[in-house]
Amino acid sequence: MSSSCVDAPDDYVGETSIRGLVERDGKPVEGAYVRLTGSQEEFVAESRTSEDGSFRFWVVPGEWTVICLAPGAERLEQACNLDKGKAVDVRFELFPAGTAAG
Amino acid sequence: MAEYANPDALVSTDWVAEHLNDGTFKLIEVDEDTDAYEKSHIAGANSLHWRNELQDPVVRNFADKSQFEKLLSKKGVANDELVVLYGGNNNWFSAYAYWYFKVYGHDNVKLMNGGRKKWELEGRELTGEKPSVSATNYQAKEADPSIRALRDEVIAGVGKTPMVDVRSPDEFSGKLAAPAHLPQEQAQRKGHIPGAKNVPWSKSANEDGTFRSLEELKALYQEEQGLVPQDETIAYCRIGERSSHTWFVLKELLGFPNVKNYDGSWTEYGSLVGVPIALDYKEEAGS
Repeated sequence: MSSSCVDAPDDYVGETSIRGLVERDGKPVEGAYVRLTGSQEEFVAESRTSEDGSFRFWVVPGEWTVICLAPGAERLEQACNLDKGKAVDVRFELFPAGTAAG
Repeated sequence: MAEYANPDALVSTDWVAEHLNDGTFKLIEVDEDTDAYEKSHIAGANSLHWRNELQDPVVRNFADKSQFEKLLSKKGVANDELVVLYGGNNNWFSAYAYWYFKVYGHDNVKLMNGGRKKWELEGRELTGEKPSVSATNYQAKEADPSIRALRDEVIAGVGKTPMVDVRSPDEFSGKLAAPAHLPQEQAQRKGHIPGAKNVPWSKSANEDGTFRSLEELKALYQEEQGLVPQDETIAYCRIGERSSHTWFVLKELLGFPNVKNYDGSWTEYGSLVGVPIALDYKEEAGS
């Protein structure tokens, strides 16, 4: 699967965030662009992944879509539904642009 | 594809790559957080820190003429020299710097379309090496007030002057005080300036950070919102840098001859005593 969105473990209760990881061939990708958009494709925020491939958005509860852009890679997106006091984990597995998902 | 009103306000990443070693322009990266620049940047680019270098350290205002002259002298920019600006955040802060350069009469300035993101997504080279700089004796012109809206003009224009609120729909309606991903303490009140149209700044840009086509921008601002190029128009947001991005779109791409950036924006207006505010969002009972 090229992207997935799962509920974070219980120790995240009380925080409202979307956090995630971008990887390519099982290795973390630094500097990938991750965009957060709202329910009407409205752009909210953009971030870049750290050295360990991770990113995090702190957001108010609601429906969000996270989009991942990286050089040479197919554009990926993942929808998330965030409840108050919860957090979700998003994982992106990059693959070359123009190819089908592995 | 039809050309923008001022197509020379933009250069492409291709153009920058081709002319990097010409010595015919100064390349400057403008960021809110210069960590990215410190790590790597386009070869030859100098940096400008939006908060520490473009803002007055004490008074809420952008740096004055003499501060601007010292800054550009330090950055090695010569009078009338071509300056190409780019940056992160989809060119938010570089658009602000572009507007600011125009205020002080440095007309020979362009934005690199797509900013840092487009350069990176194209897999182009970056370097950690800083350029060597020879200081100059830069002379600015007096600030041009025709592209900047201040508080009193905005208050007088409520309901009369077309205004564009470029914040998110939730900030515009008054549901949120700040973008959804930022701390929510900001102006004293939520809502928007009565009569303002809401066109979130991001609608003018593609995902790769480049500006949308002329046709798409016309549809967005003129057809959908009824904005008329001949009208005096004011753009605002929360603190004035998203609205600089839209100011650039209206002025340079759509050719609105008389458009101003209200850089005080909602953090100023939404805290003023007694001004009219439009609040669309109603809290549900018990929420």
